[in-house]
Amino acid sequence: MRLELVKRGTEATFLVFASPFIAIAITVFVGAIFFAAIGVDPGRGVYVFFIEPISAWWSIEQLLAKATPLILIGAGLSLCFLSNNWNIGAEGQFIAGALAGSILPVVFYQFEGPLVLPLMLVMGFAGGAFYGLVPAALKTRFGASEILTSLMLVYIAQLFLDWMVRGPWRDPASFGFPKTRTFNDAAVVPTVGPFDIHAGLLVALVVSFILFVFLKRTLKGFEVRISGTAPRAATFAGVSNRNMVMFVFAISGGLAGLAGVIEVAGVAKKLQPVISPGYGFAAIIVAFLGRLNPLGVVFAALLLALTYLGGEAAQLELNITDKVTRVIQGVVLFAILACDTFILHRVRLIRRGK
Amino acid sequence: MSDGRDEPLLSVSSITKRFGELTANDDIHFEIDRGEIHALLGENGAGKSTLVKILYGALQPDSGQIRWQGRPVSVSNPAIARRLGIGMVFQHFSLFDALTITENIALALPKRPRLQVLARDIARVSEEYGLPLNPMAQIHDLSVGQRQRVEIVRCLLQDPHLIIMDEPTSVLTPQEADDLFVTLRRLSAEGRSILYISHRLREVKELCSHVTILRHGKLISTCDPQKETSESLARLMVGSEIRDVRTSAATIAEKRVLLSVRGLSLSAGDQFDVTLRDISFDVCAGEVCAIAGIAGNGQSELFDALSGERTVENNRIYIDGNDAGAKGINERRKIGAAFVAEERLGHGTAPQETLSLNVLLTQARMNGNGIRGPFIDYGEAVEAKDRICTSFDVRKSSADPRAYELSGGNLQKFVVGREFNRAPKLLIVNQPTWGVDAGASAHIRQSLIDLARSGAAVVVISQDLDEIFEIADRVAVLSRGKLTPFTSSRETSRETLGLLLGGAREGEAASAA
Repeated sequence: MRLELVKRGTEATFLVFASPFIAIAITVFVGAIFFAAIGVDPGRGVYVFFIEPISAWWSIEQLLAKATPLILIGAGLSLCFLSNNWNIGAEGQFIAGALAGSILPVVFYQFEGPLVLPLMLVMGFAGGAFYGLVPAALKTRFGASEILTSLMLVYIAQLFLDWMVRGPWRDPASFGFPKTRTFNDAAVVPTVGPFDIHAGLLVALVVSFILFVFLKRTLKGFEVRISGTAPRAATFAGVSNRNMVMFVFAISGGLAGLAGVIEVAGVAKKLQPVISPGYGFAAIIVAFLGRLNPLGVVFAALLLALTYLGGEAAQLELNITDKVTRVIQGVVLFAILACDTFILHRVRLIRRGK
Repeated sequence: MSDGRDEPLLSVSSITKRFGELTANDDIHFEIDRGEIHALLGENGAGKSTLVKILYGALQPDSGQIRWQGRPVSVSNPAIARRLGIGMVFQHFSLFDALTITENIALALPKRPRLQVLARDIARVSEEYGLPLNPMAQIHDLSVGQRQRVEIVRCLLQDPHLIIMDEPTSVLTPQEADDLFVTLRRLSAEGRSILYISHRLREVKELCSHVTILRHGKLISTCDPQKETSESLARLMVGSEIRDVRTSAATIAEKRVLLSVRGLSLSAGDQFDVTLRDISFDVCAGEVCAIAGIAGNGQSELFDALSGERTVENNRIYIDGNDAGAKGINERRKIGAAFVAEERLGHGTAPQETLSLNVLLTQARMNGNGIRGPFIDYGEAVEAKDRICTSFDVRKSSADPRAYELSGGNLQKFVVGREFNRAPKLLIVNQPTWGVDAGASAHIRQSLIDLARSGAAVVVISQDLDEIFEIADRVAVLSRGKLTPFTSSRETSRETLGLLLGGAREGEAASAA
């Protein structure tokens, strides 16, 4: 007796929507087993990790702040993945954007005024887009796998940032600590509205809505989609594969860069050797969990943001390593990919012999 | 019932096979006697392939019985079919290009034989049945007809009592087909039975003594093709009268050249690709020009170069007087050209997208039919889709299905209709009715003629000689990347065309023998 995956004729509509929820349920279940295995009461572990972080208003603010970069990067990656281009290097583009966006507040810190912040955002986007175009160019010019090149460029960006904050950009008044000078007020992303919402979140929501409309309502968005599902038909429609690769890498890299500059100008207000707890990688999970739909990404980002807070809480209250965050994120990705298999396939039991 | 000598070789009763909603075979029964050449006739989607797969053990029926030499048998996999003595020659060959004939056949045999012994066997069998082959030749040097011989010899080496042949002539020139018929008659005279699957009435009448006709999965009739006319067989197969394509001679008042190709050459992409060599021709407004040829002789390369999916140098291709060689496909569409690709699913359409969005595919980003600047106007796209589906009688299961949900014939009508909707000056079609049922074929062919008579130029790249004689005013043959001069199709016979189709391959056939 064995199990066999059989292709369905059409996709199971119910599962398209249900699959993320099933995946979340599986993740919680596996999380409980995991807690039990390391000697933590599973009920308490699940509560501390998944429930407690959203039980107070201040921690919801934390949640939204962590979701902001995930939304921006995840929405851009959705575009990339839809067109069958595999940008795994958003983490590097995030750093490149943060570096480019920090040129004004670090090097030209005397320059102040209302123009500073918009310029920083533009430069952050440009920096990330430029860094994203490197693997795109290597792919179109030499046929190099973008999965490898974009990933390798992450480490270059991380080490370059490390060198910058220890060397050329180190704050002379930092007593040798590896960090840049603190950004002046004109270069800080403000909070807005009665609930002190981080303005970066609004930018992220607007961006994901624009991308949603772009994919649904524009010819270019349609072309992005068919480049992924029917590349030959896309060529027949006159879409240049080369330009498409460049386009999606520029957008996804640019948005990762934008997320990078918003993060450093909104949270730390300075550059440090490490500025991201792996947002660029977590956003890959966000994009898939959000069905490669920029609006779905918003909800997926909230869940992944929760795993960061849950990890911190687990470290404080349960005395276990915050590496548990990575474990849970990995389980989410496994579960969503496994559940998605059943959208197009069903399982059949085969009895041997006859 | 001791040895089953008096029983028919194969008897099939009440075979039913369902795939979800679709009943592919509905209560089918027929018999094949020893030495009989039995035709299985039906349109695409009639259920022929399903039935054959059941006989060969690749599919299991939901109900029904197969009796072999009088004994009920269960053919649960192809190995059992081969042990019983059922052999199959597939429509699509499964041969490794870089290996020799002997090596390919050795791979298919249950026990690994010694290669020299096998080579001698191959030479003997191929000699005996008039299938000349050099056992040491490499597959990539062989023509399609020769590759088919390899498949037949591979089948004969297992000494089958019943040979199933799936559309064997679809890839052959008329001369090659005649040679194949001689071989088949010899096999039949030896007492081997043949199940011959086809939708070509002429062949069935010429070769077969019995015919079983399927339509929409049902058995329509088993009869003697010699007692039927082609018309009555066609009626049984299709279920209604097929309208004849009406044609009139092209009247070219002023000679306006809409497509001009000058010395077009293309280099091969990879080792086994065919190159195009120095191709030149003109096509005028008002005429249908056909380019005949067996698949793999440069048709796809020519289509890619003409459509601009693969651009060439300047001064090679002129569309309505514009130098278009270096222009991409959308720029060529903007100067009045339209293209229908051979592969309708995945090339001509995006399978996962709705028909209305697939309308946008060939609009060259120009306004209208659902495009407004950079935006999609869904309402307008749906209207355009409805217009196309009405005028080309595209039948669909829902209002706006995804492309993959349509049957081959209906999708082809949509793909052709989409280009007519743009009122092109020049239409280039690759295999317009490949794998399309007779009704849809007649519709498409008639519209191609009508388009030409209304003042457009139509280029048809086709393997189907019947189609070419039905619609083309002039015809040329593309063989091994070279194009013969065009001649009037009224002054050309099937035989001449057949010789040209195989002409460039004669030398090679000799070297392989």
